[in-house]
Amino acid sequence: MSLTLKMILIVAGVLAAALGSAAGLVWLERRLLGFWQERYGPNRVGPFGIFQVLADMIKLFLKEDWVPPFADKPVFVLAPAIIIAAVLMSFAVIPFAPGLFVADLNIGLLFFLSMSSLAVYSVILGAWASNNKYALLGGLRAAAQMMSYEVFMGLSLMGVVMLAGSFSLRDIVLAQERTWFVLPQFAGFAVFLVAGAAEMRRLPFDLPEAENELVAGYHSEYSGMKFGMFYIGEYLGLTLISALIVTLFFGGWLGPAFLPPPVWFFLKTGVLIAFFILVRGSLPRPRYDQLMAFGWKVLLPIAVLNLLVTAAVVLLAGNKAGP
Amino acid sequence: MSAREPDAGPAGIVDELKAGFGQASIEAQATRDAFPTLWVPKDRLLDVLAHLKSGAARPYRMLYDLTAIDEREREHREGQPGSDFTVVYHLLSFDRNDDIRVKVALKEGDLALPSATGLWPSANWYEREIYDMFGLTFDGHPHLERLLMPDGWTGHPLRKDHPARATDMPPFEIPEDKLEEDEKALRFHPERWGLPRRSGRSDYMFLNVGPQHPGTHGILRVVLELDGEDIVNAVCDIGFHHRGAEKMGERQSWHTFIPYTDRVEYLGGVMNNLAYVLAVEKLAGIDVPDRAQVARIMLCELFRISSHLVWYGTFAQDLGQLSPVFYMFTDREKILDIVAAICGARMHPNWFRIGGLAQDLPQGWDKPVREFLRTFPRRLKEYDALVMKNRIFKARTAGIGAYTIDEAVEWGVTGPGLRACGLEWDFRKKRPYSGYDRFDFDIPTGRNGDCYDRAQVRVAEIRQSLRIIEQCVANMPGGDTKSRHPLATPPPKERTLTDIETLIGHFLGVGWGPVIPPGEAFHGIEATKGNNGYYLVSDGGVLPYRLRIRTPSFAHIQMVPTISRGHTIPDLTAILGSVDYVLSDVDR
Repeated sequence: MSLTLKMILIVAGVLAAALGSAAGLVWLERRLLGFWQERYGPNRVGPFGIFQVLADMIKLFLKEDWVPPFADKPVFVLAPAIIIAAVLMSFAVIPFAPGLFVADLNIGLLFFLSMSSLAVYSVILGAWASNNKYALLGGLRAAAQMMSYEVFMGLSLMGVVMLAGSFSLRDIVLAQERTWFVLPQFAGFAVFLVAGAAEMRRLPFDLPEAENELVAGYHSEYSGMKFGMFYIGEYLGLTLISALIVTLFFGGWLGPAFLPPPVWFFLKTGVLIAFFILVRGSLPRPRYDQLMAFGWKVLLPIAVLNLLVTAAVVLLAGNKAGP
Repeated sequence: MSAREPDAGPAGIVDELKAGFGQASIEAQATRDAFPTLWVPKDRLLDVLAHLKSGAARPYRMLYDLTAIDEREREHREGQPGSDFTVVYHLLSFDRNDDIRVKVALKEGDLALPSATGLWPSANWYEREIYDMFGLTFDGHPHLERLLMPDGWTGHPLRKDHPARATDMPPFEIPEDKLEEDEKALRFHPERWGLPRRSGRSDYMFLNVGPQHPGTHGILRVVLELDGEDIVNAVCDIGFHHRGAEKMGERQSWHTFIPYTDRVEYLGGVMNNLAYVLAVEKLAGIDVPDRAQVARIMLCELFRISSHLVWYGTFAQDLGQLSPVFYMFTDREKILDIVAAICGARMHPNWFRIGGLAQDLPQGWDKPVREFLRTFPRRLKEYDALVMKNRIFKARTAGIGAYTIDEAVEWGVTGPGLRACGLEWDFRKKRPYSGYDRFDFDIPTGRNGDCYDRAQVRVAEIRQSLRIIEQCVANMPGGDTKSRHPLATPPPKERTLTDIETLIGHFLGVGWGPVIPPGEAFHGIEATKGNNGYYLVSDGGVLPYRLRIRTPSFAHIQMVPTISRGHTIPDLTAILGSVDYVLSDVDR
């Protein structure tokens, strides 16, 4: 009984935390960008404008729920739901603190990778169902970009898996008690950081959206709450990637004892999120072929090299300490 | 300082043409701007133009402007051959640093003449504009259709018998079926443009970019023929911003047209006033006092910086950089504050007058200017690090949308776009006006003529403009800000209260408008986007008889399809951004 109750509470808590942080990010991103761009950002609704999100939500809910007559209706409606579902599912495997997680899968990392692959469908299906040329171009870019970057994403994480000897995210955190993996796995971290941003379609990797070229890219035809779901999906994705980076490379909940473990986790995640926002505020967008060339010619060799070197080191160290 | 060479005088080329084409076929006309102006019969037109373009020594290689005049109501045409419609070719020679005007007389009933598109690709749009506005046809033109007006328009607006005011026409109605027809007319038909729908292995996609699109900076429409994301061909559609500024000019007095010029290139502010008032002053023979000249230059250079800042920020944004535009608009705001403090308005100050300025500079005007000169350079340096030295920015702009000097000249490119190819050509140096010859500044040039070089030239120009403003602040002369010439409008206010002649002049000039002596004059200036010029025809009245606005953006946009071919959609955004046009400047 108490175990079920605890489970339900944790699931509800994680859900609330994920959605809440995504909503908060809408405000945080606009305030931080405002701060960095010599302007105020939203500061009128509530103290420091934090209720801006509520105002936005009300606006989006009250908008006409419109499906263009030329769109493929069922797919068009389904697409935004996929991204939210896929990203929220990934949160299940993230350990926020010892004992504070929804599921400790022994293939946690693989689960995350597969869920992020599913999220690609959302973008591609949404673009295809829109039956709009701009959306189509955005969808095509998304398909190519996310599929290639997933390759490096997976490869970049294998070093961490080797060092920890497990796919379970909890084990990976525990394996970082002496040193955070960001030090031995810096190359892996760098590749994952880039690939993660690409996976979440954040500037400078927002090519599927690229408003200066493609109007709004894959979600050009979306409005109201369906657009809102893509929007929230992006912030959920940002939170997820930041939380994962913290888990995999920055010791997850680990930290000096004067703060409780979940606080450490959220602090580290917050710093990473702010970093992503800063990146968005400062970099231009590469062209599609440049992005691909960078991925296959720079990131892939780094990821593979990192994998080989890590494997060799683990093998040597293992042999010395072997039975 | 290369002032105009005396040996390139008008007599030389006129005699050369007369010798080559026969005394009878070449007739010279005197104008106030002293450019050689020749009348050529229709059947010799292309030969004369071809000779001027490539046959003559030190040729006139650029088709600088091409327009027409409806002469049917003009009274003062002494010494000109009879003509109902005159087509005016304005050519520019870089070697001579001189212009030439070639005119062709057309009679009603035979309003066709051979097309010059075979000589200059840039003649294409100019001839379409003339067809649209005057109903003259050009034989051999590849695509003679309306350019600025909608397809379904009846009449040719710049003809004298076309009404200029809404009240002269029946009430405007747009019933449902007409609306549908107009919408249908905007549908793109590749066949009409000679574009294939498919190549051997694949179907092309036709993508309609604009008129409402975040990357076009205004209501410009570009239809792309795409193979994947690669641009096979592009067709520009303009005219959505057309407000009939030239037609309005014929209904406004010489004085009351000044505020309209502000709106022709709406980022250039008083820079537009300058081109216009200089042309009027040339027609009227007015000399402007020193203080007014230097104040004009200072305001113009402030506007050049302001316009370049808008370009700088939006260009970075076109390439996906979110922040620079905010920094640069903050700086622009400081400039506009200065402008507002001096002129009383921000974007459209309407501050220059025929013969001087609207008012003297206010007390303490130099304080905010000095403050700006002190703080801005440091920020400009930061922008270099943020934008110009950014590796992604370089990768997106270097080698994109490149053209050579020859191509630029063929297409009528002027301003930073021309200098980015390496040709050091700037009216402020080559034909110093308003006293630019007294200032110390350099003309930045590029080498490759690509998006990056165009950007670099503009950024360097901001620094040069700062130098000019510094010199203005340090050396602002005292004295009058309005000429004492009787046609200066309005005349110096304090004198209206002391002598009756000035009071009468003031009364007439404001109530009726100054009467500018009959004649023709052109004056071009180095505006923010390129060469902006006004070609004015006065028939000795209070209204201009014909007012032609030569704008740089028109020529530059016409070139966009040529430099976009073979690039991709993101490159098109970079190209459009680097060309730096304003749609109001394209359509007028």
